[in-house]
Amino acid sequence: METAMDPRLNIIDKRLAGIKRLIAVSGGKGGIGKSLTASVLALTLSKMGYRVGLLDLDLSAPSTHVILGIKDVYPEEEKGIIPPEVHHIKFMSIVYFTRDNPAPLRGIDISNAMLELLAVTRWGSLDFLIVDTPPGIGDATMDVIRWLRRAEFLVMTTPSKVALETVKKVIKMLTELNVPIIGVIENMKMEKSSWVKHDLKEFNVSILGEIDFDITIEGSIGDVNKLLESDFAAIIKELVLKSSGFDLKT
Amino acid sequence: MHEWSLAEAVIATVIEESIKEGLEEITKIKIKIGELQQMDTEIFEFALNEIAKVQDVGLLLSEMRIEMETERAILKCGVCGKEWAFDETGLGEEEYEAVHFAPEVAHAYIRCPSCKSPDFEIVQGRGVLIDYIKGSGK
Ligand SMILES: Nc1ncnc2c1ncn2[C@@H]1O[C@H](COP(=O)(O)OP(=O)(O)O)[C@@H](O)[C@H]1O
Ligand SMILES: [Mg+2]
Ligand SMILES: [Zn+2]
Repeated sequence: METAMDPRLNIIDKRLAGIKRLIAVSGGKGGIGKSLTASVLALTLSKMGYRVGLLDLDLSAPSTHVILGIKDVYPEEEKGIIPPEVHHIKFMSIVYFTRDNPAPLRGIDISNAMLELLAVTRWGSLDFLIVDTPPGIGDATMDVIRWLRRAEFLVMTTPSKVALETVKKVIKMLTELNVPIIGVIENMKMEKSSWVKHDLKEFNVSILGEIDFDITIEGSIGDVNKLLESDFAAIIKELVLKSSGFDLKT
Repeated sequence: MHEWSLAEAVIATVIEESIKEGLEEITKIKIKIGELQQMDTEIFEFALNEIAKVQDVGLLLSEMRIEMETERAILKCGVCGKEWAFDETGLGEEEYEAVHFAPEVAHAYIRCPSCKSPDFEIVQGRGVLIDYIKGSGK
């Protein structure tokens, strides 16, 4: 064997072996509610009694720790890294290591750091691992598809022609790669409209539901109990329960 | 320890590659360890041997020799082109630990010594790589 081999690639599947389902929350644009949805989804599933992990793979702009009010915790080292359990969620983020310093990472660094986290994190057994992803169809999304081979995608959009344009590309790419899509959530609705649904008809994806723009949500950021009581969480719970893509027993 | 999880990855790779290449007995592996990863090589070697002992895929690893080479970590600024060595940076203990877990985290704590940019590249010495696997087969 001539070229040097990266051993990390061969251990990822084993690290994820105890996880029943991997759900990546994605979408083309930034600021459309991916991180909020990933966080609330993790909370909701955990409240329903499932064993849940949350992995923040937005390495340049990690935010789920802010949304869930996670601070002053640090992972344990035990033949790898054991993610700390916060609010009954096993939580892993680069923020443990970068703290509040900016870590300007180029594409190759993003891939390497992601690979490192996947190779050393020991999740144990989980029903769900929710993965928050950065915007775009760049390195990070391609790496999620390449390395989290069992991941199912939850695609976020907003009722904006600009957002939808990119979301369509994400859906096309996932479809082309045969990556399962649980469905699309239309977030931050300001008025009744059905054009997004209509526009997505040509794709073979289900629209899981709509979430209204909620001006009170900012007051709940960082407070898990308030988040769980929000309208946002109520809708997430409802659509998780009723969508066939999630296939949950009540 | 982090050393154990990477040792596990190395043995998994040795097994997978050997099966692919039709090897039955492994006589030697050579591993390159990037300085940036901050590995304890003694623990790493111990872990490799322990994990090799308990593998059960019918591959002979008992005679496997492990050669390790540590590669100095060199960083290069993307803005002004300055090259410098990681061991000249003088990080604090917590920062070393963070870099040990994920070497890219260095970007949060290290700046170019000449122009202060965080936009540097890790030229060499990042992490663990298997240089080669030697053995015999059918
Ligand atoms: N339905 C909503 N109503 C009001 N604000 C929302 C809604 N969904 C998300 N937000 C807010 O919008 C901002 C961006 O959300 P975030 O989840 O960080 O987006 P992304 O991860 O896609 O970049 C956050 O401040 C979040 O609280
Ligand atoms: Mg986000
Ligand atoms: Zn410089």
